[in-house]
Formats: sequence, structure tokens, C-alpha cells
Amino acid sequence: MTITAPIQAPAIINTVIDAVEYPADGVASLVLRRADGQNFPSWAPGSHIDVHLTDDLTRQYSLCSDTEDLSTLRIGVLRTPDSRGGSAWVHDRLSAGSELRISAPRNNFPLIDSRKYLFLAGGIGITPIIPMMRAAEAAGREWVLYYGGRSRNTMAFAQALEAEFGNNKVRIVAEDESGRLDLSQILGLPRAHMLVYACGPGGMLGAVEDFCMGWPPGALHTERFAADSLGVGGSSEPFEVELSLTGTTLTVESDQTILEAVEQVGARVLSSCRAGLCGTCETRIISGEPEHRDAALSQADKDANEVMMVCVSRAAAGCSKLVLEL
Amino acid sequence: MSLRTQPMVFQEDPFDVAAISDPYPFLDRLREAGPVSYLEATGSYAVTGYEQVYEVLTDFETYSSAGGLGPRDIRKDEAWRPPSILESDPPIHTLMRRALTGVINPGTVRALRGPFTPPALELTDELATRSGFDAVTDLAEKYPIRVFPDAVGIPEEGREHLLPYGNMVFNAFGPENYIFQQAFAEADVHSKVVMAACERESLNDTGFGKQIWDRVADGLITEQQATLLVRALLSAGVDTTIFGIGNTLSVLAKEPEAWAELRRQPNLAKFAIDEALRLESPFQKFHRTVSVDTELGGVHLPAGTKVLVFLGAANRDPQKWGPDADKFSFDRSSSGHVAFGMGLHQCVGQPIARLEMEIVLQALLERVETIAPAGPAVPIIHNVLRGFESLPVTITPAR
Repeated sequence: MTITAPIQAPAIINTVIDAVEYPADGVASLVLRRADGQNFPSWAPGSHIDVHLTDDLTRQYSLCSDTEDLSTLRIGVLRTPDSRGGSAWVHDRLSAGSELRISAPRNNFPLIDSRKYLFLAGGIGITPIIPMMRAAEAAGREWVLYYGGRSRNTMAFAQALEAEFGNNKVRIVAEDESGRLDLSQILGLPRAHMLVYACGPGGMLGAVEDFCMGWPPGALHTERFAADSLGVGGSSEPFEVELSLTGTTLTVESDQTILEAVEQVGARVLSSCRAGLCGTCETRIISGEPEHRDAALSQADKDANEVMMVCVSRAAAGCSKLVLEL
Repeated sequence: MSLRTQPMVFQEDPFDVAAISDPYPFLDRLREAGPVSYLEATGSYAVTGYEQVYEVLTDFETYSSAGGLGPRDIRKDEAWRPPSILESDPPIHTLMRRALTGVINPGTVRALRGPFTPPALELTDELATRSGFDAVTDLAEKYPIRVFPDAVGIPEEGREHLLPYGNMVFNAFGPENYIFQQAFAEADVHSKVVMAACERESLNDTGFGKQIWDRVADGLITEQQATLLVRALLSAGVDTTIFGIGNTLSVLAKEPEAWAELRRQPNLAKFAIDEALRLESPFQKFHRTVSVDTELGGVHLPAGTKVLVFLGAANRDPQKWGPDADKFSFDRSSSGHVAFGMGLHQCVGQPIARLEMEIVLQALLERVETIAPAGPAVPIIHNVLRGFESLPVTITPAR
């Protein structure tokens, strides 16, 4: 018999663009295949990849393909007028046959098992939600999607999703037809054993967070757009953390959270949701600059950089070491 | 198909003084009757298993709060006061919870560390000069009352009514027995003063109370709801924290090794507090009302009946915590305990309570080398809270 070593996900995966489709105005959908013909590493709903467009232009995009089919990955990219260059690059320079370097899929927006789900998507924020809907459907869970956008022709995959799941489960709310998503209606009555997964622009997520303060703690899970990409932010490089109380120094790998790395060396941090929501793992920063990825701290507190939520937040790009009061 | 069985009928009264003053042997016997059993004395169902308690707390649709937390359904006959946030279901609960969570959250509570610290240092400085003291009357009962009312922003005058009022509120989650009668002996006086303190014009411009009232101007809540939310803070935020501090010290006074370890690593104080709260949970039990026929722990529960949720039993359930569930274990991960509840109605003031407990324990650790019981602790006779009237300790001061 053959003994197979566990397959280590390579840091960089070389891919070739299989197809570029345009599922909506201003949205390019890229289908990627591995250059070496192998399957991609397995991934779970909510995952994203880093796309290395040039040596110094990296963007994160959520995966919206089928988790069961690892021969290809699909991402959706909205061309944004205020683009820092990422989406314009994708739209203007990439076509079928182009080569693209990406990271292995990573998940900062995992779908936690629950009896019921409420999915909320704003615009291109639909992408991470699509695999979640499929997973919820396959598991026989009760779910509904509210998908808001300016008009139907700008809303990627809207028609296909409606056709696949029916308009009872997929509620398309186009602003030019019926106004914006009525969050007070949608979120006005918390439901037991229901988790809320929301992805969309900051304004929408801010309103969702406010309404969900009336829901059970931990019910809401969000992913924000970062600049012109999806995903939670820039840096995913490894960095060092020094624990000021013990003097221990450790490395937080790119596929690890600070919390996980700290727990691995036996230090204790009080934590609860481990998703940047509840605020339990708040930790004081002695030195270094964090990149806040939580939904617990206010913007003023994030700007003050005195504390951070170690379950999701990381060191900022260019900051190689954080010293934390642990 | 699940097996539906008749619940065991349990004859002892959970509100009997013996069961209250020494709750754990009672809870062991109750647990032996199954995770869900029928209480003959109260006509309600007892829920003691961690899994089942968790289910009741998180399924707020099946287990309603609007019937009140006491044994009577407050929708059927008049409650002694307008229903609080704790006694409401969505959507009424939802707006109130939103208003409260917007005001009290880890971000807003962080700013309290500054003002909350000096009184703890002052109290413990003085205590450390003695050879012993009463951890409840000299410390636990003194500290929250010095810091919390200021955080809410109520007037100095009339604060002496807060403790008796909290005592009424929580005792009303049990039956109208003699314990209840004693708590309510001067109910009108206490209620009047506390309700007046909740009005907008009574509150200063900096406290949580005023911030709650600000949400009235936003149109989120009504004036009456603002009053009720400030009332909720005042009634739920003092006694429980006093009991939290007292109970934590009652546990740690018997754990010299943990005390020594904590003195070396005072940043671990919050873990010790969490484990102590699991073991000696201040809020031991309350009722919910079954809203639709359901099944829990294999037992059929008809709509309209009351379940008595034993948080204190869930927090010691060996199925969840292991065979040493009754022991303090510093190495245990106590996360998941239900001392602050769980889910929709989970304690909003939790970050404040944790901050107070941490500050006072760390101040004491710095000043006290060893601590030990100096005599029997005297339990409080209370329908639903667990705590001590007196907890004498001897100490050696740190050098």
C-alpha cells in the first residue's frame, strides 16, 4: 500500500484563468484552474483567497464556487470607481488564459452550525454567502437570503440564485424597484437558534450591527469590504507577538489567529465567540500597530490602538511585532 | 424517535430554607431525578442538566420571559411592577436590548477602570492593616455601592434604598413565601425612591442613565422604557455584583494554592473569578414559561407551565464539567458557564460586573499574602440568589 503524506497547502498557487464571465454590470467573475492541473485544497463556505495581482498589489476575494468541486475556484470582482487599483486591474488586464498567483483559501468568516440562518448580502457581498446558502440547503437547515442592490442588472448571480432556490428563500431587493433592504423589518424580530451572516458595504453592516444589538450575543457574523476588495483586510503575513507578562515571544503564522498561537504556548486568554464580536478577549497593546478586524470595538477605540481583540485582529502590514499584555 | 417519559416527581421544596442555605446537596438529589423533573411543591418543572438549561436559555421562542421570572404568570394576574426587559420577549424586548447594548458594551465599560480603581485601593489598603475582616460586610457590600451608582449617574441621596430594592426584585422570582414577605415589608418606600432616581431629571449628564435617555430622543425607545431600563440597571447591577465578589472570596479563601498562584500572576484573576462564579453562581434559579407544547430532556412540557431553571445546577453538572464539577479547579476552562445567563437575555452588565470583580480581587491580591476562613460563612436566605451575609476571614498582609 502507498502511504500518502498529508498535503501541505503551498503558500502560493499558480493558476490560469479558465473563463471570465460578467454576471452583472461592473462585475467580473473569474474561474481559476491550477496551472499544474491538480485540485485546489479543500475550503469551507466563507473562505477567501489572496490574489497577487502584481508584486505589490494583493487583494482578497471571497470564493463563490462549489466547495465540492475543487477543480476550479470562482471569485466575483466589482469594478469600483474609487478603486485603489485592484478591481481595475482585474477588469482591464485579465482574460481567459491569463496567469494569476493566489494563496490557498483561508477562512475568516466561517459558517457556524445552527438550526436557522438569515443571510444578508449587499451588492458584491453576495459572493461569500453563496457557498453558505448551498451548505445550509444541503444540511437541511431553515434559511432565507435578503440580497440588496441598486438594480437587478448590477446584482451578480441574483437571477441564478432565484432560479436555483426560489423566491421564497431568495429575496431580491433592488433599490430601483422596491427601495433598500428594510432592515427594521428583516431584523426587527430576533429568532431563536438563528444566526445572521451579513456581507456588504460598511454603511449597511453598521446598520445591521445596530439592529443585531437586540439579538442574542454572538448571533451576528459579518464580513466587510476592505477598500475595493472583499475580505477583512490587507495583512496576512506571519508576525511575532511578545507576551509582556512572561517575556515569551511567539510567531503567529498566516493561517493562525493570535489567540490560537498564544494558547498553543500555554498562555491563557479569556475568550468566548472567537469571531471578533463579543469583546471577551480584549487585550492591552504595549507596543506595535494592530490591524483591527473585530466588530466589538468602536472606531474611536480602534483608532486609539490601546487594546485589540486577539481572536481576529492581527499586526498591521509593516508591523513585524506586537507586544501584548498577556 | 425520541423517548418520551413521565418526569420523576420530586417532593422537596426548592424554596425551603434548608435547600436555600445549603443548596448543593439539594441540587444533587434533584439532579438524580433527571435533567428535567416535576416539582410537586411549586407545580413547575425543574431543569437541572446543563444541556437542557442551555436549551431553555437559548430557545427564547419556546421558553418565554413575558410570563415573568417568578412562579406566577404575570400576564394573567397583575405584576407588582411594570414588566422589565428581563420580563419581556421580542419584539418588545428587542428595542430595549438594542438601547441598552448600545450604551453598555466592552468599549464603554473600558473607560470605567479609571474611576473604579481608587475606591478598591482605598478599601483594601485599610483592610490589609487588620489581621482579619468580614469579606462580605467589610468589602463585597461596600465596593459596588461606591462605584456603580456613579457609573449610572443617580443622585447621592437615597442610595441606601438600592440594596433593599434589588432584594425585592430578585426575591420576587420565587414564591410569595415569608422570605418574599420580609423583602417586601417596606416595598413602597424603596420602589418610590428608586423609580424617582430613574427619571431623566434625576440623572447626571455623564452616566449610563443619561445615555439610555438619549435613545428616547432618537425615537428608539419610549420614556417609560427608558425609566424601566435605568431601573433594570439599578436593580440588577448592585446585589449580583456584591454576591459575585463575596462568593469568589468564599471560594478563594479555601484555595491557598490558587491564591498564591494568583499573587504571582494577577492577570489570571479573571479566570479564577470565572471558575468561582461557576461554582458559586450568585443567580441560582428563575422561571420561564413554556409557550408551546414541547419536549425537554425526554419530558413533555405542556404550554403554559412554568419551568424553574437551575443555573447553579447546570454549572455543576458532571456531564458537562466532569466528575470534579463540585471542586474549584484553576486549570479548568470555565467558559460556557451560565452564571450570567446565555443568549438573548444574557446579562448586559456583565462587563461592568467583571471589571468590578477583577479590580477588587487584584487590589486584594496585591495587599494580602494569605487568606483563610476564620469561621463559618453565614448564607443569605434568599429565594433565588446565592450569597453570604457574613464571611469572616483571617489574613496575613503582604510585605
